[in-house]
Amino acid sequence: MTKAIVAGMAFLLAGISAQGATTDVELEAMKPNLRDFPSLQRGMTLYVNYCLGCHSLKFQRYERTADDLGIPHDVALGNLVFPGRARPAGMDGAAIGDLMQTAMPLERAKAWFGKPPPDLTMVDRVRGTAWIYNMLKGFYVDPTRPFGVNNRVFENIGMPHVLAGLQGVQRRVEMRPKSLDLLDGLDTLVRKRADGGYAKMATAADDSPATEDRLIRQPLVKYEVDPGTGSMSAAEFDQAAYDIANFLHYVGDPGRLERRQMGVWVLVFLAGLFVLATLLNREYHKDLHER
Amino acid sequence: MSIEKDATSVESKGRRYFLIGMTSAASVAGAIGAAVPFVKSWTPSAKARSAGAPKICDISRLRPGEMLAPIPAWRGKPVFVVGRTPDDIRRLENEQDDLADAASEDLDRQPEYARNPWRSRKPELGVYIGICTHLGCSPKYRDDEGDFYCPCHGSRFDLAGRVVKGVPAPDNLDVPPYSYLSDTEIIVGVDDENLAAAPDLDDSTERA
Amino acid sequence: MKPTPRSQAPFGVGSTRGPLTRLVAWVDERFPLTRTIEDHGTKYYAPKNVNFWYLMGALSLVVLVMQLLTGLWLTMSYVPTGDGAFASVEYIMRDVEHGDLIRLAHSTGASALFAVVYLHMFRGLAYGSYRKPRELLWLIGMAIYLVLMAEGFFGYLLPWGNMSYWAGQVIVSLVGAIPFIGEGLMEWVRGDYGISDITLNRFFALHVVALPIALIGLVFVHIVALHHVGSNNPDGIEIKDHKDDKGVPLDGIPFHPYCTVHDFQATVAFLFIFCAIMFFVPEMFGYFLEKPNFEQADPLKTPDVIAPVWYYTPFYSMLRATTFPMFGLDAKFWGLVVMGTAILMPAMLPWLDRSPVKSMRYKGLLSKAMLALLVVSLFVLGYLGTIHTTDLTTAIAQVFTLIYFAYFVLMPWYTRVEKTKTPPERVT
Repeated sequence: MTKAIVAGMAFLLAGISAQGATTDVELEAMKPNLRDFPSLQRGMTLYVNYCLGCHSLKFQRYERTADDLGIPHDVALGNLVFPGRARPAGMDGAAIGDLMQTAMPLERAKAWFGKPPPDLTMVDRVRGTAWIYNMLKGFYVDPTRPFGVNNRVFENIGMPHVLAGLQGVQRRVEMRPKSLDLLDGLDTLVRKRADGGYAKMATAADDSPATEDRLIRQPLVKYEVDPGTGSMSAAEFDQAAYDIANFLHYVGDPGRLERRQMGVWVLVFLAGLFVLATLLNREYHKDLHER
Repeated sequence: MSIEKDATSVESKGRRYFLIGMTSAASVAGAIGAAVPFVKSWTPSAKARSAGAPKICDISRLRPGEMLAPIPAWRGKPVFVVGRTPDDIRRLENEQDDLADAASEDLDRQPEYARNPWRSRKPELGVYIGICTHLGCSPKYRDDEGDFYCPCHGSRFDLAGRVVKGVPAPDNLDVPPYSYLSDTEIIVGVDDENLAAAPDLDDSTERA
Repeated sequence: MKPTPRSQAPFGVGSTRGPLTRLVAWVDERFPLTRTIEDHGTKYYAPKNVNFWYLMGALSLVVLVMQLLTGLWLTMSYVPTGDGAFASVEYIMRDVEHGDLIRLAHSTGASALFAVVYLHMFRGLAYGSYRKPRELLWLIGMAIYLVLMAEGFFGYLLPWGNMSYWAGQVIVSLVGAIPFIGEGLMEWVRGDYGISDITLNRFFALHVVALPIALIGLVFVHIVALHHVGSNNPDGIEIKDHKDDKGVPLDGIPFHPYCTVHDFQATVAFLFIFCAIMFFVPEMFGYFLEKPNFEQADPLKTPDVIAPVWYYTPFYSMLRATTFPMFGLDAKFWGLVVMGTAILMPAMLPWLDRSPVKSMRYKGLLSKAMLALLVVSLFVLGYLGTIHTTDLTTAIAQVFTLIYFAYFVLMPWYTRVEKTKTPPERVT
């Protein structure tokens, strides 16, 4: 169980530059898949239930989302439309054609969080899908923070760990390996791979070689979930984080999939037209050589 | 040099015309394909469709002989919701002589359920699009006269939106699709028959 | 497309006075239709040896028309206000039917237009298209390029993303570098104390009305001038020097149909590449659409790296590379001067090139090396303009800025001293 939780979690050397932590942290790879409709649907469900309370998707409409994700309108209205009154076009309660606004009043949000929670329609295009995925998995207990949590990829994040009920309580554990032997003799920054081995880190703010001294002085860090505190297993939670990130990838540019499908036909057509144009050009230019 | 036109043989000319034909046809097809996004982008956007979604009106405070105020709008058009007294209803049923289309012969002007003397689902409540069928002004409701009067060119309609003879307007006022949600609420833009499938609202309200 | 000679007009076959012939004759009496078609098409003679590089002019025109069309359509849904601009772009991307195609065609088209125009300009450098009698043609082209740069800049502000905002801020601040009047001028350009709604409104007007009209006018004049002096060719010799007894250049081919079918083929190939980018990688990995621009303009938060779009980066690099004050004026001012001069430098070419030959084919090694260095410097500067500066990159940028200027400033010298080959009498 513990092994399963640890698997997939990145080991990091502590002390990776404090400033600009949002970009310097190595991200676990994550590849969105716009054709995985079940994942997108689960992602939307999770988003609506856990995120939309604070983070609007104010450029995106329920209707378009439901249509693109293959969710029937009545199902969407009954389960997903926030605040969720299944009402044809209620004066109160969102209609299917509405933008995915949050119900949180802006003024009060300012008072609660210092600044209102940002709209996330475009977060995927600004930060990238992998960042979202890692950020969702990156919350850990930090009693010094106002909400009691900090985040591995978004340092000093100003929000609570909304998915804690699913993931459980994650802690940042510092490890002090006694010698470099533990690390299979690799001489640069290392992290633990999913298969249990260690890999060199591609990038880090501090690229000086990791000496034995340094490794012992600056501990390795891993993130561990207290067993039994979350309703999901590590694998299930990984999937949930994946689904939300995947959904936000869709929301970032909802026309992407359709454009790709259309693009193939456009290119096929243009290739055909090019053959014709080439033949026609050659036919005419025969005149010039025949002379 | 100059290109001698006869230098090309007859077969080559045939081939040339064939290629021109093929290329032109393909180009025209391509141009039409490229025009599709431009043409389609003029159809009502998701925003317009959302704004044009059915509208719920609370009629609990509407009394007979009055028109619902403020005037609700559906798809950007004023909707006249009038309460009718028993006297009004009697007049609608009996005084039809000077009306141009008393029996609602023009089927495009109202849903089937409003083809009756009151041009409504229930006699005591009428729902009409408040746009004069002459040139698109919005008529005034005159409670003392018990009719709708268009200030632009003097057209008159009775309380069922039926145009009287001898005015510029040619047709009765439109009746939008509407349904009762309860005794105190109606929804404009949805037919009762489709209310079960209400979530798919725009398909059911394509006309109007 | 149909290259039917008028005597064989499809509706007039077998009759010298078919309905179409008569219609054309009727029009000709009132408008020089046939003459225009002949002067600019069927009897405009292009050199028969033109190559790939000569397709770029036609492609520029194709992309310009595409930009005008998509741009016109975008204005139908775009809202030029600080509150509405960003949202309206997302509205176009999401709510307007196929709005994403129109928008991405426009954003991809901006880059495509610069790409083909740069190739078009490179052709001019390589084959000496700016030399007599085409000096004016070249200058009009330079004017088009300047207007295009302004058009691109104003357009870049319109999505009102954070990069739009800050790039606008940086570029407008350049005006402030002008001694004495700079500060006031900057305020006048913005119409406010910072980039704001008001700035957005006037940039919008310039982008969609003033500059497109200027562009269309200049392109028209460019083509008129071209058809007056005739196209250059890779040999850099005049085909008009050798004409047959009817006055037709011996090495010329009628523009229509021979060049039009070729241009058509090139257009289709170009559209293939264009659509491949537009449909599959419209952001072009951050070079066409930049990540920070997906965030709404925020006057309180500058993006980590401010980089203009790729087609400005060489000149932006030169601006940043100018780091020292001179003659009592600060580096900021000289940066502006260096950048402005660099952009205007090509306009001087007709008077800088002293070579007895026009085309690179017959010029000497020095000219070839300098042209190669120019291209390399533009690529290096272009890349440096997209990344953070360090002492090293600044030094590199300074070296390549000097190389860029050397191409122009040293041209009177190296084109005279080098040994050239004699061009052939007739095109090869």
